[in-house]
Amino acid sequence: MAILVDKSSRVIVQGFTGGEGTFHAGQMLEYGTQVVGGVTPGKGGQKHLGLPVFNTVADAARDTGANVSVIFVPAQFAAEAIMEAAEAELDLVVCITEGIPTRDMLAAHTFLAKTRTRLIGPNCPGVISPGKCKLGIMPGFIHQEGHVGVISRSGTLTYEAVGQLSAQGLGQSTCIGIGGDPVIGSTFTDLLKLFRDDGETEAVVMIGEIGGSAEETAAAYIREHFNKPVVAFIAGQTAPPGRRMGHAGAIISGGKGTAAEKMAALRAAEITVCQSPAEIGANVKKLLG
Amino acid sequence: MKIHEYQAKEILRKYQVPVPEGRVAFSTEEAVQVYRQLGTGVCAVKSQIHAGGRGKGSLYDPDDPSRLIQQGGVKIARSEAEVREYADNILGNLLVTHQTGPAGRRVGRILIEKGSKIAREFYAGIVLDRQQAMNVFMVSTEGGVEIEKVAAETPEKIVKAYVHPGLGLRPFQAQRLAYSLGLSGPQQKEAARFFTALYRAYQETDASLAEINPLVLTEEGQVLALDAKMNFDDNALFRHSDILEYRDLEEEEPAEVEASKYNLNYIKLDGNVGCMVNGAGLAMATMDLIKLAGGEPANFLDVGGGASAETVERGFRIILQDPNVRAILINIFGGIVRCDRVATGVIEAVNTLGSVQVPVIIRLAGTNAEQAADILENSGLKFQVARDFQDAARKVTAAVKS
Repeated sequence: MAILVDKSSRVIVQGFTGGEGTFHAGQMLEYGTQVVGGVTPGKGGQKHLGLPVFNTVADAARDTGANVSVIFVPAQFAAEAIMEAAEAELDLVVCITEGIPTRDMLAAHTFLAKTRTRLIGPNCPGVISPGKCKLGIMPGFIHQEGHVGVISRSGTLTYEAVGQLSAQGLGQSTCIGIGGDPVIGSTFTDLLKLFRDDGETEAVVMIGEIGGSAEETAAAYIREHFNKPVVAFIAGQTAPPGRRMGHAGAIISGGKGTAAEKMAALRAAEITVCQSPAEIGANVKKLLG
Repeated sequence: MKIHEYQAKEILRKYQVPVPEGRVAFSTEEAVQVYRQLGTGVCAVKSQIHAGGRGKGSLYDPDDPSRLIQQGGVKIARSEAEVREYADNILGNLLVTHQTGPAGRRVGRILIEKGSKIAREFYAGIVLDRQQAMNVFMVSTEGGVEIEKVAAETPEKIVKAYVHPGLGLRPFQAQRLAYSLGLSGPQQKEAARFFTALYRAYQETDASLAEINPLVLTEEGQVLALDAKMNFDDNALFRHSDILEYRDLEEEEPAEVEASKYNLNYIKLDGNVGCMVNGAGLAMATMDLIKLAGGEPANFLDVGGGASAETVERGFRIILQDPNVRAILINIFGGIVRCDRVATGVIEAVNTLGSVQVPVIIRLAGTNAEQAADILENSGLKFQVARDFQDAARKVTAAVKS
């Protein structure tokens, strides 16, 4: 088992024929992901990477039986792409695109509430269940199959954490980048619920950062409902207030959303909080023995 | 993106949000002209900088920052002579407020605005509530006070309306907010109209913040935005070329402006260890590591996924402009980009620069990391190659202490 995706996931790529879509679809295929086609409006009927191209997600889903989509569509059109995938009733949509306007994401978020589709991202590296399915832009080779779940708001920092886990001999069940934007599809708490019920996952690594209060909400959930060990790190302990630290969502505003607040909330829920980003792997190792 | 008060008021005016009559001036002469055009006895002379606390701030001489010129960055003038005096005292001088830090900001523009007779002061603001994934409209009877302070001390005095993204601020919500301020009759209706118009301005301009503090009720019964602050979603600026023109480069750190030209995400800080990292989260984590290792981060710098010779060279140039930098830590996690390529890029960059006078600690992880370490160690350049994150921290500590 794993969460969200496994060997049975049938994947289409939205923005399939673009530069990013082409490159990463190739990487996903190489990893063994079942990419079954893609969508580029206006290019329906063509072949790309030996796979069929469709004008709409609905066409692609009907003809290929796809249940998952990865989005590489440019920021101006990405929220539309998310809604299109949801209207086609896919199970899961992973949006990699960075830079989507918040107003567009609010519309997509509202639209999705009336559909059965789960969204991961946007502005994220994607989802990987090592050895089974890679959806996104993360380097596959740093991962190992195993029993640690990873949930993170970051990209390369997630790779860092995964690298540390693998170096300790700790494989991963599923790693999810939930995205660095202020409005995202799935939160820490949404995914912790899935990890709780996943028999394969024995521990979870949570990588948060400054801005918002998603970590505090997750801490409250963990205290009440989650009994597997959790190791957390919060990036941005040294970040100045009022400045957007790269990610649109990484900002301390009105004195709220500081790393100190989040670390205190996590510690209060008896979660192992790493002071240093270098000790994530070692701390998980300690807990799992 | 941030803009000035007078610019926010220009936007609000377009959306029929009532604001006091007034105009910006870049010189004392211009200020006097605006005053004459307003034809009013009393007017406000307001410093325009991208920081709060202007009224309680103080103006200092830029040539002798210890010399106080005027208390208060916002003044009420009752005559042309006073307008002249205040404009002279403000323009070109440094305004220090609790938000600017001790260095202050040079004031290049002032807003000259018709005075209002204030009967009551309120607060109105719109921001995104991330948890709810909805914008929240907040009003309070505690006008003129920082809303964070009200939220912390008397949260019951903030009345909220969550705005459905598809439906906008509903009429009943605007009316409820207006009633909550204790208004009635035509004034309540006017406040409700004000809130509806303000929300439209916020929504249609892709604002990330609209704050009217104070919102005032005048003695004549008018509801007016006495102050106005608007920030905008950087990701949406592509569809607002008019707002992009409001950008004031004087308000930004020159090195940050330069970095943005090359798509480098750079934020200057006060520390002594520079850093260059791919990815925002890893960049923040690297800053945290520097602090734990006994240094202070001199900057945030995300060079993006590529980390080519060109971006590394530009990153070096920008970091080295800061005279406080005593060491540089490069931390790249090569996933798709191969570490040996990054290593070659770093060497090329240093060769192009001639030399780098401070210790450079490099940690490359991911694809071909071992090869990359060998390339760096055999380059003949004085790099300190760190084999992992922990090792990088130790080397930073050593560099800071030496």
